[in-house]
Amino acid sequence: MGLMTDLLCSGHAACPGCVEALSLRHVLGALGPDTVAVIPPSCLAIMAGPQPLSGLRIPVYQPALATSAASASGLRRALDALGKKDTQVVVFAGDGGTYDIGFQALSSAAERNENILYVCFDNEGYMNTGAQKSSSTPHFARTGSTPAGKPTRKKNLTAIMAAHEIPYAATASSGFLPDLLRKVEKARAIRGMRLITLLVPCLDGWGVPEDQGIALARLAVQTGVFPLYEVEDGYRFTLNEPHKSRPVRDYLEGQRRYRELDEGVVATLQREVDEGWARLLARL
Amino acid sequence: MSAAETRSLLTGNHAVAWGARLARPKVVPVYPITPQTPVLELLTEFQAAGGLDAEFLTPESEHSVMAACIPASLAGARVFTATASQGLMLMHELLHYASGARAPIVMANVNRTVASPWAFWPDQTDSLAQRDTGWVQLYVESAQEALDTVLQAFRIAEAVSLPVMLNLDAFYVSHALEPVHVPPQALVDAYLPAYAPEHFLDPERGESWGNVVTQDMYRRHRKSLGEAMARVPEVAAEADREWQALTGRGWGITERYRCEGADLVIVSLGSMCGTAREAVDALREAGIAAGLLKVRLFRPLPAAELRAALAGVRDVLVLDRNFSPGAGGVLHQELRGALYGMKHAPDVRGVLAGVGGVNVSAAMIAELARGARIEDIVPEAVWA
Ligand SMILES: Cc1ncc(C[n+]2csc(CCOP(=O)(O)OP(=O)(O)O)c2C)c(N)n1
Ligand code: SF4
Ligand SMILES: [Mg+2]
Repeated sequence: MGLMTDLLCSGHAACPGCVEALSLRHVLGALGPDTVAVIPPSCLAIMAGPQPLSGLRIPVYQPALATSAASASGLRRALDALGKKDTQVVVFAGDGGTYDIGFQALSSAAERNENILYVCFDNEGYMNTGAQKSSSTPHFARTGSTPAGKPTRKKNLTAIMAAHEIPYAATASSGFLPDLLRKVEKARAIRGMRLITLLVPCLDGWGVPEDQGIALARLAVQTGVFPLYEVEDGYRFTLNEPHKSRPVRDYLEGQRRYRELDEGVVATLQREVDEGWARLLARL
Repeated sequence: MSAAETRSLLTGNHAVAWGARLARPKVVPVYPITPQTPVLELLTEFQAAGGLDAEFLTPESEHSVMAACIPASLAGARVFTATASQGLMLMHELLHYASGARAPIVMANVNRTVASPWAFWPDQTDSLAQRDTGWVQLYVESAQEALDTVLQAFRIAEAVSLPVMLNLDAFYVSHALEPVHVPPQALVDAYLPAYAPEHFLDPERGESWGNVVTQDMYRRHRKSLGEAMARVPEVAAEADREWQALTGRGWGITERYRCEGADLVIVSLGSMCGTAREAVDALREAGIAAGLLKVRLFRPLPAAELRAALAGVRDVLVLDRNFSPGAGGVLHQELRGALYGMKHAPDVRGVLAGVGGVNVSAAMIAELARGARIEDIVPEAVWA
């Protein structure tokens, strides 16, 4: 963690104990100061702070919600044209801004292999607007717009982006910091389109106590719900530690969004996780 | 006039592309749409042949095109793009974003009908529907004016930190071939020096854009945007005067054609003005004191100029090649607003002429003008 300088200032307006703010601080530290960030509307934009203050010690451009990847592309090209080719252009966007409204622009930027690092802070819902579902919200999770539980499964962003055959696509979890930092540093050194899908529990949106965020981010990986892996050039898969070793039930307990799940639903989720894990192993 | 100027046969679209090339933009995000596509094609050919050293982006939509334009401009690069019709509609959210960001982007828009139903004809509803987005709007009548206006547009945009849209009618201007003077690069470089903004996104400076503001900051920001707009008529007139000094060609922010002693003046935008000139000539020959007032700068509307130009005129006939359902012709409304409260204001009649691209001949315009002198005035625009 030699690069760790505090590029996120104290006093930002995220919820107390927010795991996303913690992860943002570490990601910024690994990127260093020669970076310009693109941050669309999301909880991250709240952390970036109100004008004339800024929560980040690097320049931030806050684009319209659907436009993060397109905005980052334009910024990248301008910096290139102005001879600032070494400056990193990074997107910090939520899952809603990435999986949903910003997806068309993201797919296009990936196809063009724009030289940007896109970090999706995946808290599995539209948290800034009060916790509604996104297409990243998992099966059966309750949100403001799915009060009876989401009837469909989580979209697999990392796999879709890897299918664009971009140089680097990886998952990461805020519960496994050394793995996250290694991935940010690795991605930083690669040119072209890079994506990190970073799982960040949202205390409020998931209904978890302030001191349980990191524990859940670890459980998501240990139960195989959110496996850690990297995909290079769309086909070289690497599975990262730790592997799936616990039942999914351990992850579901203690999250209000999964309250009152019957045994049949838990079994369904376990089967989905087992099948997903097997499919992932088959790609290695 | 410069000796090194070359004369070529160009369409309006190709004249726009030549103007853009001479402006030396550094970033060009662009998406194809009929009838703008030849602008895109010629620009990419220029780049491939080494005549234009710019970063080209061809994203998946016009929404992403304008999204890319804004931070590219905020990073300190000169940015050009072009679109039409549905493309402009798709950009709407980001048109506001661009002016709010005070990004001096220049965009050519080829005026084409908006769907549904689908059509490809000249109609200015697309750009006029963007009148509240904070973009400066200019309307041109010919290929030569299009080329010259691209360069003037950058001068205006960068002087007031506002985006500028220049509009040319589909086919009548975009596809019509005309002899066009292409000025030498050195002349343009002297007229339009490299873009060097005071503020730009850069890690060494740490400035940001877009963070949430308070009510009062937002209000102040909007007010300053309005102040920048208010400077545009003078800035645009000066940019045009300087261009005229260098090339011999000036277009004015408005143009008065045979308005001396006129008691009837036709007012319009874009290519309709070319036809109206012929109608004015015919009317004058028939002994009717008619003139034409061409509105080249539509946003901001140069109200003081318009009032001065129409002082003492008895009848005004506005020809609108656009339609705002429930309101009528946009220029008609705007002009009535600009003249309201003026002592001895002329009677202003509005005609929806050429909506959907239907042909409007000089004879028709002359006929409408004759009618305007004898029929009672009605507040609503009427269909031609
Ligand atoms: C075009 C548009 N539609 C809706 C919104 C309102 N909005 C702001 S943030 C947000 C949700 C973002 O969710 P996500 O990207 O997951 O970020 P999070 O809030 O969870 O951090 C929405 C819908 C907006 N800003 N722009
Ligand atoms: S809503 Fe969730 S993600 Fe957003 S600031 Fe609060 S805890 Fe963090
Ligand atoms: Mg979210």
